[in-house]
Amino acid sequence: MILNKVEAQDLHLWYGDFYALKGINFSIKKNTVAALIGPSGCGKSTFLRVFNRMNDLIDNVSIKGQALIDGKNIYGKELRVDELRKRVGMVFQKPNPFPKSIFENVAFGLRVNGIKHKTYIEERVEKSLQQAALWNEVKDKLNKSAFELSGGQQQRLCIARALAIEPQILLMDEPASALDPISTAKIEDLIYELKQEYTILIVTHNMQQASRVSDTTAFFYLGELIEHDNTKKIFTAPDKMQTQNYVTGRFG
Amino acid sequence: MDFQTRKNMKEKMAFGALRLFSFSIIAILFFILGYIVINGISVVSFDFLTKMPEDGMTKGGILPAIIGTLCLMVVSLAIAFPIGVFSGIYLNEYIKDGWFKRFINLMTNNLSGIPSIVFGLFGMQFFVNQLGWGDSIIAGSFTLAILVLPVIIRTTEESLKAVSNTFREAASGLGASKWQTTYSVVLPIGMPNILTGLILSMSRVSGETAPILFTVAAYFLPQLPHSIFDQVMALPYHLYVVATSGNNITESRPIAFGTALVLIFIVLVLNLLANWLRKVLGSKVKMN
Amino acid sequence: MIKHFLKDFKERFIEGVLFLSSTTTSILVVLIVVYLFKEGVGIFNRTPVAEGSELLVSAANKVNKLTADEVRKIFEQEFTKWNQVGGSDAEIELFRLDDITNYYTDEQLGENFENMPHCIDTILMQHPNMIAFVSKQYVLPNGRACKVSIDKIAVKQVMLGNRWYPTASPVVELGIWPLLLGTIWVSIGAILLALPFGLAAAIYMAEIADSRIRKILKPLIELLAGIPSVVYGFFGLVVMVPIIQQTFNLDVGQSALAGSIILGIMALPTIITISEDAIRNTPRAMREASLALGANHWQTIVRVVLPYSVSGITAAVILGIGRAIGETMAVLMVTGNAAVVPTSFLQPVRTIPATIAAELGEAPFGGIHFQALFFLGCMLFLLTFIINVIVEMLAPKKLKR
Repeated sequence: MILNKVEAQDLHLWYGDFYALKGINFSIKKNTVAALIGPSGCGKSTFLRVFNRMNDLIDNVSIKGQALIDGKNIYGKELRVDELRKRVGMVFQKPNPFPKSIFENVAFGLRVNGIKHKTYIEERVEKSLQQAALWNEVKDKLNKSAFELSGGQQQRLCIARALAIEPQILLMDEPASALDPISTAKIEDLIYELKQEYTILIVTHNMQQASRVSDTTAFFYLGELIEHDNTKKIFTAPDKMQTQNYVTGRFG
Repeated sequence: MDFQTRKNMKEKMAFGALRLFSFSIIAILFFILGYIVINGISVVSFDFLTKMPEDGMTKGGILPAIIGTLCLMVVSLAIAFPIGVFSGIYLNEYIKDGWFKRFINLMTNNLSGIPSIVFGLFGMQFFVNQLGWGDSIIAGSFTLAILVLPVIIRTTEESLKAVSNTFREAASGLGASKWQTTYSVVLPIGMPNILTGLILSMSRVSGETAPILFTVAAYFLPQLPHSIFDQVMALPYHLYVVATSGNNITESRPIAFGTALVLIFIVLVLNLLANWLRKVLGSKVKMN
Repeated sequence: MIKHFLKDFKERFIEGVLFLSSTTTSILVVLIVVYLFKEGVGIFNRTPVAEGSELLVSAANKVNKLTADEVRKIFEQEFTKWNQVGGSDAEIELFRLDDITNYYTDEQLGENFENMPHCIDTILMQHPNMIAFVSKQYVLPNGRACKVSIDKIAVKQVMLGNRWYPTASPVVELGIWPLLLGTIWVSIGAILLALPFGLAAAIYMAEIADSRIRKILKPLIELLAGIPSVVYGFFGLVVMVPIIQQTFNLDVGQSALAGSIILGIMALPTIITISEDAIRNTPRAMREASLALGANHWQTIVRVVLPYSVSGITAAVILGIGRAIGETMAVLMVTGNAAVVPTSFLQPVRTIPATIAAELGEAPFGGIHFQALFFLGCMLFLLTFIINVIVEMLAPKKLKR
């Protein structure tokens, strides 16, 4: 039996009084891409953020149930959040490079995790930028400010930044929603490439994108996981009526 | 005249009046500045800036007062800036909204509302007498530091509040700890505004008189300080002295104008610097 | 593991430092309160007899207790008979230290006045109706004369007394009423002058001026706030004071009016900035609703925007008063500093902060005068504290932002 890479068991989450996730059961295998879809406010982004404990930064969050990576509960006491986040990279909706040079942006994760070896850092930066398909565009201006890049380049830089610390899992929160179609296509190609090495969860509003890049798709509605299955099945013959309505209403 | 016309004429008149009132404020500002510049400019010379006062402060320069004020600016901000920035960081990055934060904010507001002469009283009682520092740069600087501490805390808090949360999430998503996130990402983004606050605080310190009256300012001391435990003259107090209680007020009037001009010049330069900093450094970082 | 331990330790350590820094302001407020009030409230523990002095009467006199007011009236010869203060109907004889030469020669007093205590004691023996005001050092220990006991300074005397003579002898007078009134007069006057201008500028900047003009005005207003108060004071002294003197044909131009004008200019930035914020906070929907009903811009401002922002504007006014109350140097330089209950804006007045600034340098450390000035500091602290509380209550919206 292949162990599930990412898994949630009866996961509940509240923001203060607001009941945001209502008993989610979810799992994906290693080296697959899962798309999380659903209308705004359905809990898909919240669910994504469970896996690198980004919700910890918000006041008044309480969680019940289990979230597991490699079969281990990531909310357990013995687990350090910074170690978890090293294994779980995240890419955000809007490109958010730091006000530093391109090089330092990518090296940031290494430095904050205590890596000081100069040539190793240089190697990792180059490798990550290559993986993010950005190396050729920026190799001559690594010391320039990251803000000089275009929006699409900035987003790929953010992906490279996440890849530099060699995570096993990538969480992407609508990574292409703020980008133009050409940059979006580049990011989608990239996701396809990255699947070889990483397990990816991607939140998206864009049905075409979900169907293009993902292996499985999970439909969230009002804090519940309605259906999670092969992408092809979700978009052609879903089991649930709600899924059907959503994907046809938005997809057909 | 129909109602609509009357209505619109009324508006025009009202707006005219508002404009007139607003620009009269600016006129007052320029009148004050102009009056002091015109009367002071002929006094300010190289000698005026580099010489000791002479003849009962009716002749000579104001060097010790300039140096004294610079000392007070540097030392007081060396004290207040780190404490203020640390405390702003703690309030914005570390603690959640709750009674503690409300309490600290209330106290900070209270501190900023206390009149400067009361700081003078406290400084005299605590730093000069209780701690036994005597009238000295260090006692005066600590007193002035209390005065600007709330300003620095508030600008720091507000600058950090303006930093988009996505930067914090991105950094901690890469495994950065709270302090690493704050120090290497959030703080640099907020820095231009924090520095603006620092410069405006310097400007404030340069002009304050009441807090230094009884903690450091010397009436007449024609020598430069050797250590932070020395007394010094200071520009604002010197202006007060030559304007009101010098040996010969009429004869020292030019000196007063010159001193006022130097003071205003310092304030003006620091204000321009702050504005420039806000514009130039602020525009470099686009916050989402 | 050791790496993690070090990292965690560093984090905790830094958090501790940050926490301590954040408590600084609270600690300072507490320290200020303690040091201010310890010294200031101390005056209520003292008798109003001038520093280092004593009042003596003959042991034969049945009056040995007087109020401060009685002592003053006796020495001002308003009271001339002991029966006016509850004694016999004999004439009161006054004795001050200078009078000693009427009784004894220099030789008798000794080279260093070493015989002085004894001589004074003897004079009092011989003059049963005498009251003597002498330095403590000349009071004979275990002498036959009797010390007059005087009640401690009372709160009412200080708060409502309208004479401020902290260095008078034989008894000091610490009525802060004229100072309190002077402070309030000058501050209120300042706000009355500043409000029309400040509010006009706030409306103009928030509603009418285009962003280009605003970008010019904003830093200028900031600059107005940045000019040191001593420069305002100097300007007031050389420009305003002579103008007032000539216009109203006064002996001196230093007056409450001069103080109010200068303080009014100084309060402008506070009023403008806070009112502007309040005006800007008016929800767009309210504005649009008014405009959509056919109101023009001015009508919208008067009927919708200003009523909506009235609490913010009130906060601005009160904060402006608070600033004016605490302002020291400018007021010190232009108001003339006469400690009398003000009756006209053209009279010199004296404010609390100006009193502290002018007198603290001369007040002997720890003496009555010194403590009285600290008490003024306490009053100032309380006044501004109350104002802050009012402002915080008036502007809950601002706090939430």
